[in-house]
Amino acid sequence: MPQGIQVKDLNIFYGDFRAVADVDMEIESNSVTALIGPSGCGKSTFLRTLNRMHEVVPGARVEGNVQIGGVDLYGKGVDPVAVRREVGMVFQRPNPFPTMSIADNVLAGVKLNNRRISRSDAADLVERSLRGANLWKEVKDRLDRPGSSLSGGQQQRLCIARAIAVEPSVLLMDEPCSALDPISTLAIEELISQLKERYTIVIVTHNMQQAARVSDRTGFFNIENTGDPGRLVEIDDTATMFSNPSQRATEDYISGRFG
Amino acid sequence: MTALTIERDIQARRLPARAPWLVGAGALAVSLAVGSLGSGPSVPAVVALAVVLYAVTLYVLSRAVEGPRRATDRLAGIAVTSAFGLAMIPLVSLVWIVVSRGLRLFSISFLSTDMVGIFGEMTEGGAVHAIVGTLLVTGAAALISIPVGLFTAIYLVEYGRGPLARAITFLVDVMTGIPSIVAGLFAFALFTLIFGPAYRAGIMGAVALAVLMTPVVIRSVEEMLRLVPNELREAAYALGVPKWLTIVKVVLRTAAAGIVTGIMLAVARVIGETAPLLITVGQLNQMNWDLFDGRMMTLPVFAYRQYAQGGVGIDRAWAAALTLILIVMALNLLARLISRYFAPKAR
Amino acid sequence: MTVGTPPAPVAAAGPRAADRRTGSHVWGGRVFAGLSYGSGILILLVLAAVAVFLVVQALPALTADPTELEQISWFRAESLLGYVGPLVFGTVLAALLALAMAVPVSIGIALFISHYAPRRLAQGLGYLVDLLAAIPSVVYGLWGALWLIGVLDPVMTWLSSTLGFIPIFAGYQAPAKNVLTAAVVLAVMILPIITAVAREVFLQTPRLHEEAALALGATRWEMIRTAVLPFGRSGVISAAMLGLGRALGETMAVLMVLSPGLLFSFFLLKPGQHQTIAANIAAQFPEAAGLSVSVLIATGLALFVITFVVNFVARAIVARRKDFSGAN
Repeated sequence: MPQGIQVKDLNIFYGDFRAVADVDMEIESNSVTALIGPSGCGKSTFLRTLNRMHEVVPGARVEGNVQIGGVDLYGKGVDPVAVRREVGMVFQRPNPFPTMSIADNVLAGVKLNNRRISRSDAADLVERSLRGANLWKEVKDRLDRPGSSLSGGQQQRLCIARAIAVEPSVLLMDEPCSALDPISTLAIEELISQLKERYTIVIVTHNMQQAARVSDRTGFFNIENTGDPGRLVEIDDTATMFSNPSQRATEDYISGRFG
Repeated sequence: MTALTIERDIQARRLPARAPWLVGAGALAVSLAVGSLGSGPSVPAVVALAVVLYAVTLYVLSRAVEGPRRATDRLAGIAVTSAFGLAMIPLVSLVWIVVSRGLRLFSISFLSTDMVGIFGEMTEGGAVHAIVGTLLVTGAAALISIPVGLFTAIYLVEYGRGPLARAITFLVDVMTGIPSIVAGLFAFALFTLIFGPAYRAGIMGAVALAVLMTPVVIRSVEEMLRLVPNELREAAYALGVPKWLTIVKVVLRTAAAGIVTGIMLAVARVIGETAPLLITVGQLNQMNWDLFDGRMMTLPVFAYRQYAQGGVGIDRAWAAALTLILIVMALNLLARLISRYFAPKAR
Repeated sequence: MTVGTPPAPVAAAGPRAADRRTGSHVWGGRVFAGLSYGSGILILLVLAAVAVFLVVQALPALTADPTELEQISWFRAESLLGYVGPLVFGTVLAALLALAMAVPVSIGIALFISHYAPRRLAQGLGYLVDLLAAIPSVVYGLWGALWLIGVLDPVMTWLSSTLGFIPIFAGYQAPAKNVLTAAVVLAVMILPIITAVAREVFLQTPRLHEEAALALGATRWEMIRTAVLPFGRSGVISAAMLGLGRALGETMAVLMVLSPGLLFSFFLLKPGQHQTIAANIAAQFPEAAGLSVSVLIATGLALFVITFVVNFVARAIVARRKDFSGAN
């Protein structure tokens, strides 16, 4: 069941350095939210706090409040591992496990956690997830080939299949198309609009056309000077953001008058 | 930077490409002639003379035709190449002599009998007890140092931060330099303090070898773990896999071939250690299967012992050396094959 | 969506669901992290233990009366220091001679592999040199004692007869069981490690520096002298120190090649003048008992300290170099 996300007064630090400051954001369930902004503005960093992936970097910490489905992600006793099972993530570069077959990659979330699964359930889950990622038709005859034998776009859809096989409620995507060619990108974009029927999706992108094509709402992050923290300038319906943004900085960025 | 003044004349005079070959052939012919004049020409002397003649002639020619800079360049090239040639002398002579002398007594019976009841100039007898001893002691050393080395490497790559990790990294490096005899003394001191001064057992040698082997294992495993891209760790974390399962099932699995290779090379390195075994495990002329009780023969000590006794023993020493080298080379070869065929295919 | 199965119930309860298995995962994670951490600590402890146990076992010799020490059959010195002194001298002499021979050759080999050999051959040739490191020391001992001594005999005869007026070359006696022969064997044994490190450093020379030199019209050798060698200097120094550490501690080759003696002597070609700590321990230990074991362990302690310092310095040079060269 997809969940909405509420972010209040979120500050993100690397050691003493404040990377992102004072973010408030409300994300509805079953929506696609695109985060745009110049390089280094903290949008990816912010994305990674939504499933506590930023903690992987030593010295990283947050202050503030993030709730998904009413549960505080940073509350006492919340296991980051459990959070990540609930909030899936797709990375910039496709990263299938090189030692696993296509089918095993899809099952990675189950198998790596030592969970037992019957053969028929496994086959079922593989098919369901690969269909969900629009990859089933292309790979159904070679499920036991290594995941790295696929093309870049197929690998990225395999990673999406792998993420949805864990059955999360939220799916985070960190520039999922930046390493792909235009045709593969189109396939992923089509997939995103299908996936929102079942998941709440947050996607970071450098490509404003892509944000306009796939998202319901768009948030604009900006950084004023090097060394300053990144801030969420505004967030609104995508149509409004692109036609009539309320902030000057947003308008400048969207119309390409930036940098 | 006067040496770097740009050569203005692009069509500077050069020696023809075949000049070095002609000079080489000439130098060889002259030194062969000189060698046959003297009493009994030895191969090393002739080759050395030829190299010197070649270098001098080519330098003089080149200096006359091409100028001093090119002449120095040619001389440096010759020096560097002969350095490599020089290093091949011990390798080739060693392999040749071990094989040729070792084959005299190397046989199935050498590999399957021990030394009970062998004396004087009897050519019977063999090293099976030493081979078994070497395998037992090295195996036990591996059993100790592989888990310790593996986990320490995991600590350094996946967990370690700050001064402790830096201290361990540094001391592991220092530990690689512990002389093998000191490792032997350590094992001796440790066991005799606990079990009394007369205690001798295979396990003492195993501990000594483990001290030598562990840092090697740590280094190679660490290197392999660092080669695993971070993206794979992140992919597993994002699927809700806890850190330790990520390490076991993704990081170790991806680096497995490299780790196995590194461990086998580490085993190959300690399997030929002699000195620490000489002072801990001692020697014996029959089979001892018990690692925890009594002296035990090992292959390197067997070779040394037979050499020290002289006579037929020298032939046995060569045969033992051949056996040892075959084992070491087999381990090396196996390690390279594993790393070649079982590494995950590049993405 | 072609298959519309509802998501698993885990989702309904939100992140706190933390399904039952999480407990065992946390536990497993702690055990695993604990094992890793414990192994790291163990390494520190072992190194400390090596020092402590050697000191404890050497203590009787360090505190013993000279008259007690005289009871030991092979002990012919005024004091423990008087016994250790010539051994340290012999050890350092043999190792330094080996180093003096090995370093230039190693640099040559490393340059050959990194800058002269055809690129396709380079890796294979490097592997050939590495093979030298795989040969057990007892085999080097056999090779040195039964082959090299014979080969060096005419060379040393010639050296002694033509250059004998220089004291260090005087008084050669066949067979060549002298410190120079031992040093040659040691040099061969430390070639691979010095070569390997030097080769790595030379290969790391920034391409830009090399091309800058070549673009100025430098010959290959001039490029190496102006770009490669200065860049690799500290690396070569630390490689040499590592080699020195190896040579100081090598036992079998010296034991089998050198005819021992306990003198402060610079006659490199005379047998029966020198002995190294490691070889001495290996020679005396099997027959030693009681106080004599203690004396030998005390010499071992001296060796441990010497090699520790040498390796420490070598690693410190490498570490400092890493700090300064950023992206390595």
